[in-house]
Amino acid sequence: MDKKTVEQIAHLARLDINEKDIPEYVTNLTNILALVEQMNTVATDSVEPMAHPTDAVQRLREDIVTATNQRERFQAVAPQVEKGLYLVPQVIE
Amino acid sequence: MQWEVVIGLEIHAQLATKSKIFSGSSTAFGAEPNTQANEVDLGLPGVLPVMNKQALNMAIKFGTAINAEIGKRSVFDRKNYFYPDLPKGYQTTQLALPIVGLGSVDIELKDGRTKTIGVTRAHLEEDAGKSLHEDFSGATGIDLNRAGTPLIEIVSEPDMRSTEEAVAYMRKIHSIVTYIGICDGNMQEGSFRCDANVSMRPKGQEEFGTRTELKNINSFRFVERAINVEIERQIDILESGGTVVQETRLYDSNKNETRSMRSKEDAMDYRYFPDPDLLPIVVTDDEIEAIRKTLPELPDAKKVRFMSEYKLNAEDAGNLTASLELANYFETVTKEIDDSKLAANWIMGELTARLNKENLTVKSLPVSASQFAGLLARIKDNTISGKIAKDVFDTMWNEGSEADSIIESKGLKQINDTGALEAMVDKVIADNPNQVEQFKAGKEKLMGFFVGQIMKQTQGKANPGQINQLLKKKLGSS
Repeated sequence: MDKKTVEQIAHLARLDINEKDIPEYVTNLTNILALVEQMNTVATDSVEPMAHPTDAVQRLREDIVTATNQRERFQAVAPQVEKGLYLVPQVIE
Repeated sequence: MQWEVVIGLEIHAQLATKSKIFSGSSTAFGAEPNTQANEVDLGLPGVLPVMNKQALNMAIKFGTAINAEIGKRSVFDRKNYFYPDLPKGYQTTQLALPIVGLGSVDIELKDGRTKTIGVTRAHLEEDAGKSLHEDFSGATGIDLNRAGTPLIEIVSEPDMRSTEEAVAYMRKIHSIVTYIGICDGNMQEGSFRCDANVSMRPKGQEEFGTRTELKNINSFRFVERAINVEIERQIDILESGGTVVQETRLYDSNKNETRSMRSKEDAMDYRYFPDPDLLPIVVTDDEIEAIRKTLPELPDAKKVRFMSEYKLNAEDAGNLTASLELANYFETVTKEIDDSKLAANWIMGELTARLNKENLTVKSLPVSASQFAGLLARIKDNTISGKIAKDVFDTMWNEGSEADSIIESKGLKQINDTGALEAMVDKVIADNPNQVEQFKAGKEKLMGFFVGQIMKQTQGKANPGQINQLLKKKLGSS
């Protein structure tokens, strides 16, 4: 874990981090990774991995349209809309 | 050097549910922008996705149709990336534990071979919204109606060794998903689309070459063209001593070229992890078997039945069963006129040509199966010739009327009266002594001239078989 990795992670997560905080992040993340390393040494071959901390199973819903058009409400809080579309800074493919 | 292409396809099929995979918004196509995008689809804070049972059942149905292992415990993961058409910041998909595991489909090739193509997996995921880049200067418009539409991504093994195989595989998957009713298969509307992984290796080499991934392919014609231009591009690079770069390339159908979208260095780090909002999906053997029982006759089985029941060759049977609607249409027509060969020829000839020309599918066909059978019945009983039938078909198509009333009102009945035809033949012989002389001197091509004269007189209504016979008799014996 170094400064570059922290910056990379922050970019991927779109986090605007302060330059002066980076050394502390490096220390903290390094410690967390050390803990993960420690956990990695535990023999877990016989343990089935869980995707979720509870043992519950996903409930399913019937395939029914329940939502109504509330575009006006949603777009009232959007920074910019036009012709029913949400506008964002230009994305170049 | 002889090169061999290695192709794998990732096909995205939109599931034909009424509501979205994790929300109660409608999935209907063509609505006003953002009128079918609720809090969950917009990724507003505090919302909870709830899985659509029908989407799950459809994915399982696909798995049973390709004899795949069904994941009795499958898990949704978050694939993290920032793009405005996915406002949550991640796509909900399945990585390690997909709903459908290893399966396979058979494809038929032009030389008569059958080849088995492995399907690595098929997983459930949500579609993203649509970005509209053209209409706004300096901004992109976002329509999230499509966001959250259920998809299955069907990932093949790298088993295909030619463009023909890739197209045949894509067509077969298209047939299967439409037969079993889990996808409408509409490629114009983006319900069925594919990415292709393409690499080259020297023929005989075991190891795969570096692959590129072609995105944005939304028709059978384009998959063929995109892969072909990519094969040429890679061979050019390799033969001039270069190396292929692993990257994502976009197929541009207007320019018929592929161009780089992003290289491996820019490849996204998706940081997958299990979605904490969604619990594992568990299905039982009983549930899987109950779904398997709902499978209809699948394309391969229908093809075999068409060959034995209607005495069709493999190619005809394959063409007719590629689409369920076409197969049903054929069966209705055949049962009414009791002549499978005539029905097959006309459906694959005139009818399919017209559909292609007008860019329509069987669903929107203006001539019903029983109307079409009515036309073929008049060919069969010699009321009209095949040539006149084409004109009648054209009128049926445009006006929607019955063959019999068109034949009646336009006076198109074939002239089968031997006496009347004989008189015409006599007249044409008497009127054209020069041609008769040349014909007798050996210029047999002139037979067409005589037939043509009579057809001209009768506007094509004379029975061509009878005229030929009469002409031969008269010209040969006199």
